[in-house]
Amino acid sequence: MSAVVREPEPQEPRRNYLNSSYGIRSWLLTKDHKRIALLYLVSVTFFFFLGGLFALLIRLELLTPAGDLVQAETYNKLFTMHGVTMIFFFLIPSIPAVLGNFLIPMMIGARDLAFPRLNLLSWYVYVVGALFTLWAVVHGGVDTGWTFYTPYSTASSNAHVIATAVGIFITGFSSILTGLNFIVTIHTMRAPGMTWFRLPLFVWSHYATSLIMVLGTPVLAVTILMVFIERVLHLGIFDPALGGDPILFQHLFWFYSHPAVYIMVLPAMGVISELVTTFSRKNIFGYKFVAFASIGIAVLGFLVWGHHMFVSGQSVYAGLIFSVLSFLVAVPSAVKVFNWTATMYKGSISYRTPMLYAFGFIGLFTIGGLTGLFLATLGVDVHVHDTYFIIAHFHYIMVGGAIMGYLGGIHYWWPKISGKMYPEAWARFAALVVFVGFHLTFFPQFILGYLGMPRRYHAYPPEFQVLNVMSTAGASILGLGYIIPMIYLVWSMRYGRNAPPNPWGSTGLEWKSSSPPPTDNFEEPPVVTEDPYTYSHEEVETFG
Amino acid sequence: MASAAAPGSAAHGAAPGLQHQFESAGQQREASALGMWVFLVTEILFFGGLFLAYTIYRWQNARAFAHASLHMDIALGTANTAVLICSSLTMAMAVHSAATGRRKLLIGFLVATMLLGGAFLGIKAIEYTDHIHHHLFPGPGFHYPVPADARAAEMFFSLYFGMTGLHALHMVVGLGILTTLLVLARRGRFTPEYHTPVEISGLYWHFVDIVWIFLFPLLYLIGRHLK
Repeated sequence: MSAVVREPEPQEPRRNYLNSSYGIRSWLLTKDHKRIALLYLVSVTFFFFLGGLFALLIRLELLTPAGDLVQAETYNKLFTMHGVTMIFFFLIPSIPAVLGNFLIPMMIGARDLAFPRLNLLSWYVYVVGALFTLWAVVHGGVDTGWTFYTPYSTASSNAHVIATAVGIFITGFSSILTGLNFIVTIHTMRAPGMTWFRLPLFVWSHYATSLIMVLGTPVLAVTILMVFIERVLHLGIFDPALGGDPILFQHLFWFYSHPAVYIMVLPAMGVISELVTTFSRKNIFGYKFVAFASIGIAVLGFLVWGHHMFVSGQSVYAGLIFSVLSFLVAVPSAVKVFNWTATMYKGSISYRTPMLYAFGFIGLFTIGGLTGLFLATLGVDVHVHDTYFIIAHFHYIMVGGAIMGYLGGIHYWWPKISGKMYPEAWARFAALVVFVGFHLTFFPQFILGYLGMPRRYHAYPPEFQVLNVMSTAGASILGLGYIIPMIYLVWSMRYGRNAPPNPWGSTGLEWKSSSPPPTDNFEEPPVVTEDPYTYSHEEVETFG
Repeated sequence: MASAAAPGSAAHGAAPGLQHQFESAGQQREASALGMWVFLVTEILFFGGLFLAYTIYRWQNARAFAHASLHMDIALGTANTAVLICSSLTMAMAVHSAATGRRKLLIGFLVATMLLGGAFLGIKAIEYTDHIHHHLFPGPGFHYPVPADARAAEMFFSLYFGMTGLHALHMVVGLGILTTLLVLARRGRFTPEYHTPVEISGLYWHFVDIVWIFLFPLLYLIGRHLK
């Protein structure tokens, strides 16, 4: 932020992972976890804007009560493609495959992940899966909803269910490979002195995420396989006309897809732990509680899938148990929120862009989490099931939580990733735009849902229009808030000021290396001698 | 230090097969073994979905499932179980031979494992042909002698072909892995210090074997008391 003109650029070309080799082959055949992270960054950004485009069209249709912009069938395809691209091709890989890939080896003091070739393979698997799904998009899309409920998906739908499902099936293996690689890396590749309780909380949350990826994704894979078999070979598994049980599909689907919510939000929580400590200049409050809360969320997350099925016809007693277990997930989640707040208490807080996103996350995640308790309550869920209330709830978690964490993390580690500083003023402005746009988009949806507007319809009664117009206006602002960082981050790669190794005065091992780091991450193999967040109030000067 | 490390094997000129990201052969072995165990966990959950479907539908159609299982050829199934258990033994012996550095024995046991694996697939193919011949492959051509049970029996055979088919696919992948090991073993790539690939392939082979140990009673034996 200093206004010095033509400040001498500190240490220009030095060998690092970005300039160690050039050419398309050196990127497409790289085994460097940092370059693979950038490959993922480019791909998930593409899918983020593609999914955003579908969202934009949905919101445009809902600007007016009449179904005028698109037909009902087209609208079904739009919300399906929005969900599929955002969940499977953006949110699930976003923080783990980009930031986790880049940072986990650095944070634990390793040269790379345990299986670099597997890491590259996971990106290719992702791309192949993505191509299948893109093919389906181009050839007319799919209309089943991202949940692929049977028997509609296996017996009735005329859309490209198979191509989309195959794409998701394949991409699932990319997620499995990433999770497997992280688990093995965290177990076996830690630097001398890097004990489990000296691991940054980012690593703990990614360990928990990896457990879910490894334990949940195969079940989704086999479920899709069964859908595939039923649709193509007409073997009865889920279709009641063939003797199957559609509720079984829902159980299997949500056994993965509920924990998948935690694949999306746990990594963001890991990011927030790093941001809150750095920009409050304080040790995390209750390190072990935050660490074990991640594991607790991962474990409990596997036991609550039935709360998606309260009105599906599952037994009332099962519903009761799933309801109680769903309430329990609130405990470790609340532990995290309270501990972050306690960390900030009497901290020396600086309002840098990443910290603004952290504030946004904590507030929005709290609202999203508390409205989750409404939905976990059996009686209330019957009222708000399949309404805009649930749309608002999970967008508070996924957009307000996961994407806020992702953007906060991208800004925080951008100097490390690119070696350049982003423009702080623009970044703060964008963070504000995102926050305002987000609330304007999704808060009205809570009210709409509570008043009874159902999800997945392209037309609605005129009395809902005011709130829908607010929501659409908010979506436009939100879209702008996402485009601005895209522009200035790309701009900064060429014109940004060179970043010092540790612009925020952080304590993590990744900041001990240069920006950008050398291919082997560290000049000297690091030895760890202290806890992860040994901040003191005194050293408050940060760069820029 | 490792800045000049070329990607791939033997970067430090230390232990053979040591990749650049690892500090020692011990660390690499530990990572590879853990990686395979985690992979096997994902496999358990992958098969788990089918086992769950089997459990639920058998619970819903207990009697019809038991009767449908009588259409299995118990002799062939038992023979296949024996073949597979023997292949696990030869695989274990192959790992042991690699660990003790006896190359000839390693090659011999790998070949024996592959022959047994091939025999399993051959017998399975005979069984499949038999079922298809008797119109027991689910779908439009399915024909079952007891019309009242036809729907449940079709479900049983859907699960039978799905589960054993997925298992057979894993066997085929296993044979591919064994072929690779055989080529590497003939080139003398495995030593007592470096034989992790043999070891973790062994884990995979045993896992596929164990899946069959569960499939055999669930698909072949549940109706025996009715005979």
